[in-house]
Amino acid sequence: MKRQPLLHPGLNLGSTDEYSHDVSEPIIFGFWVFLMADLVLFAILFATYASMSVQGQAGGPTPIDVFDLPSAFIETMLLLTSSITFGMASLALKYKADSLHLVFWLVLTFCLGAGFIGMELRDFWVMIQQGAVPQRSGFLSSFFLLVATHGIHVTAGLFWMLVLLLQLRVFGRTTEVKLRLMRLALFWHMLDIVWVCIFTFVYLFGVAQ
Amino acid sequence: MTDKHVETYTQDFRSYCIGGLLALILTSLAFGLVVFEVLPNFERLIAISVLAVAQIIVHFRYFLHISWHSHRDDLQLVLFTSLILFLMVGGTIWILFNLHEQMM
Amino acid sequence: MTAESSFSLLGILTAQDISFVHTFEHPGMSEFIDASAGGVMVMGGIIVIALLTYYRGWHALWCDWLTSVDHKKVGIMYIVVAFVMLARAIIEGVLMRYQQSIAVNDPGILSPDHFGQLFSTHGSIMIFFVAMPFVTGMMNYIMPQQIGARDVSFPLLNAISLWLTAAGAALVMISLVVGKFSTGGWTAYPPYTGIEFSPGEGVDYWIWSISLASIGSTLTGLNFATTIYKNRAPGMTLFRMPLFCWTSLCTSILMIFAMAPLTIATLMLALDRYAGFHFFTNDLGGNMMNYANLFWLFGHPEVYILILPAFGVFSEVISTFSGKTIYGYKSLVIATMSIAVLSFTVWLHHFFTMGQGANVNVIFGIATMLIGVPTGVKVYDWLLTMVRGRIRLTTAMLFSVMFLVTFVIGGLTGVILANPPVDFAVHNSLFLVAHFHNMVIPGVLFGMIAGYQFWFPKAFGFRLAERWGKVSFWCWSFGFYLTFMPLYVLGLMGAMRRTVEWFRPEYLGWLQVSFVGALLLFSGFLFLCVQLVVSIRQRDQRRVPAGDPWDGRSLEWSNSSPPPEYNFAVIPDVTGQDAFTRIKQQGQAYASPIAYEDIVVPKNSIVAPVIGIAAIMFGFALVWHIWWLVVFSFVCMWGAVIARSFVTETERVIPASKVRADHEAWLQQVRECATTPREQENTSVNVGRAEVLT
Repeated sequence: MKRQPLLHPGLNLGSTDEYSHDVSEPIIFGFWVFLMADLVLFAILFATYASMSVQGQAGGPTPIDVFDLPSAFIETMLLLTSSITFGMASLALKYKADSLHLVFWLVLTFCLGAGFIGMELRDFWVMIQQGAVPQRSGFLSSFFLLVATHGIHVTAGLFWMLVLLLQLRVFGRTTEVKLRLMRLALFWHMLDIVWVCIFTFVYLFGVAQ
Repeated sequence: MTDKHVETYTQDFRSYCIGGLLALILTSLAFGLVVFEVLPNFERLIAISVLAVAQIIVHFRYFLHISWHSHRDDLQLVLFTSLILFLMVGGTIWILFNLHEQMM
Repeated sequence: MTAESSFSLLGILTAQDISFVHTFEHPGMSEFIDASAGGVMVMGGIIVIALLTYYRGWHALWCDWLTSVDHKKVGIMYIVVAFVMLARAIIEGVLMRYQQSIAVNDPGILSPDHFGQLFSTHGSIMIFFVAMPFVTGMMNYIMPQQIGARDVSFPLLNAISLWLTAAGAALVMISLVVGKFSTGGWTAYPPYTGIEFSPGEGVDYWIWSISLASIGSTLTGLNFATTIYKNRAPGMTLFRMPLFCWTSLCTSILMIFAMAPLTIATLMLALDRYAGFHFFTNDLGGNMMNYANLFWLFGHPEVYILILPAFGVFSEVISTFSGKTIYGYKSLVIATMSIAVLSFTVWLHHFFTMGQGANVNVIFGIATMLIGVPTGVKVYDWLLTMVRGRIRLTTAMLFSVMFLVTFVIGGLTGVILANPPVDFAVHNSLFLVAHFHNMVIPGVLFGMIAGYQFWFPKAFGFRLAERWGKVSFWCWSFGFYLTFMPLYVLGLMGAMRRTVEWFRPEYLGWLQVSFVGALLLFSGFLFLCVQLVVSIRQRDQRRVPAGDPWDGRSLEWSNSSPPPEYNFAVIPDVTGQDAFTRIKQQGQAYASPIAYEDIVVPKNSIVAPVIGIAAIMFGFALVWHIWWLVVFSFVCMWGAVIARSFVTETERVIPASKVRADHEAWLQQVRECATTPREQENTSVNVGRAEVLT
């Protein structure tokens, strides 16, 4: 079978909802462009962290002193799983006629995301207790800004998910709601990619050196 | 669901499963390399960087559905973004580390 | 409520921060100038409010303009913001030139602190609140019409971008009256702008006004890029687009990628100042060099964000007023794209002297010189467009020709500065000031004025008075050379930029010439205002209802002037470059379409003004540490966005019958119009229907 050409990034609705599929192209493309701008933002934070984590320790704690690698690993697993569950939500949006599956997977994703944020806050708290506060050194400033910017993005994603759950209830599966869910999916998967970079280049590099 | 939909459903479902599985494996591998201190230091850093890049490609391919079949606009955008990110991150790191050496 | 708690409600704001109170308590020439500027602004505001009330304009202003999401109205509002801010920034420029021309072994009239505020506001306003809105407004108005679209892809987002930019501009204006602005220059380099050396609200004003504007620009960029990629008329392939659309596309892409470094740099500076972080501080691992790096990662593409649309305008103007297709279309497109990409590879040339190794400097120096190549290609293409054309020296064309000459001189000094060793000698001197004014005034301002002269009849339905336009042109041109050529000389004599007082008498003559030039530049601006007033008063003899006063080549000229809100009654089918010229030559212009359809247009929305006003409050509250207002305005902004997502009726339909009636009436009017030969295009014969020569 020949593959249908993809109109835009993310799961295409295709023949399951022709109308929404047709109007989705410019809207999702616009959001995709926004995500690229957002990636640049993260790239700048990474570049800053790359230099400050080496040059800006100022005699204070080093990465290996303050990073809790097992905790970061669990956070990574939570976020990766949430990406898979959001994938299942996307499939439910595309193929299932009822909203039950969709809501189930969304709620599960929400819980995983909230768990991630909870663990991250706990990590921050432990670091602050050890005196590794952002005011201590350039390294810690850039660490907190990079990781917290990701965390704020995830939190915004959680709020967005709540609003969309409400809209699913109020409006049902209208084209607008579907397109918003598809954009949230892109947002969520993209944050996952950013986290993969944080896990590798911040946590693993920090401990491996 | 019509028959045609069943078929694409299986395709899409498989995509997320493969992607999820690969992502979990790659992350665990990288984690394992660091925790069990396999390989000498420098090679280990190279290895986990390669694993991260592989995982990014997996995410793009299986979660974001970006591939060579994508719309040309999307592909152009991703490639152009990669170029800009490379210039910005590479340039910044190069400049700041060079500066740091001169200041020592 | 006690006095203490009422003061804490206003954060750290006190009565002494109001410039009038401050001047009353500490009278002096510098303070007096500061207070009068604030007074003029307040009076201006009061007069506008009074006039609106007297003429009962509030309703029209709100319903037709402020809540509108029509790309044409948004574009016009951008340009209005740009003009208002231009007035302030030019006056500041003249004031600085006056100060320097009298301050040889003499303190002059301005205190160093006031002088610092002047060069900071002058630079910040000119870049972020004159050039950016002017360019964005021009793209807003023209680009969708040129690609045959009814609006941009995200009309509401477009209005939100406008309001965020306007909110940034409003914060800079508020700083005239409440508190002080930064003295750190438009680049705001730390550690000087850190909390240790710049306590107080000045730098915070800079940070938040620039942040708001940069977010607005990012959103504009993604909106325009999506529009150009996804919203073109059938047949309008990328390589059939007018050059202005190409430059808009490249500018949008630059906006998408280049604004983020600025947003991050200002955010880090804010964290240093507000929360004691150590990104750019002297101690505890801070690295202020990274600020220069991040700022120019944004700053250099920014130069091309501004200049590329002007290049687009020149391409359109030169081609139209030479009566020829643009020469070397493809080479111009490729040059535009090369410039856009190369602009990301040269940012280090703004800080050659920072201390990195010579190898780094050399690579960036070479990359810088490389940009000269595509720019040179463009200059030759424009020249060759004029060769054997029937050139009409209208005001827009005069500005374009003067641009070519002046810009090449500026480009040459740029190549000189791209040599790291030479740059070490003239870094931070007036030579540099002369160089970038030499790029930006012809490259951006002349382009925008040329575009304003060219498209004004399209937007408002009547031509501008050419006579006053030409007077203004000569003032701008001579003013430019008189002001900035002496600065090259002064720079080579060793005069540094941003100096409030001199001790070398040999500077005096050059500085005085420069001041005279600044006065000429200011009169150039005044004559533009005169031109506008005169043209409005004579509008009945200047009307061009048929919509094509210059024998235009692209689709925007195929509509009435001003165009209907839906731009095209029927979306045109494009068969090649210079779409409208082809239609005219095939004799198909102004033919009745076969069928009309209902047209869906977006409804007005109060979301954008709500976000804009909340953004002003947000910025103001952050500057003055009014934390409750920070939270409140933040909730307002996002609350408006979420509330909007629950609104389902966001569009309205214009029935086909109404479209037909309006369009056919206009077509009838056009058919009755006499055609205008080109020799008479600046007389009242010109009602906007061009004579077609085949």
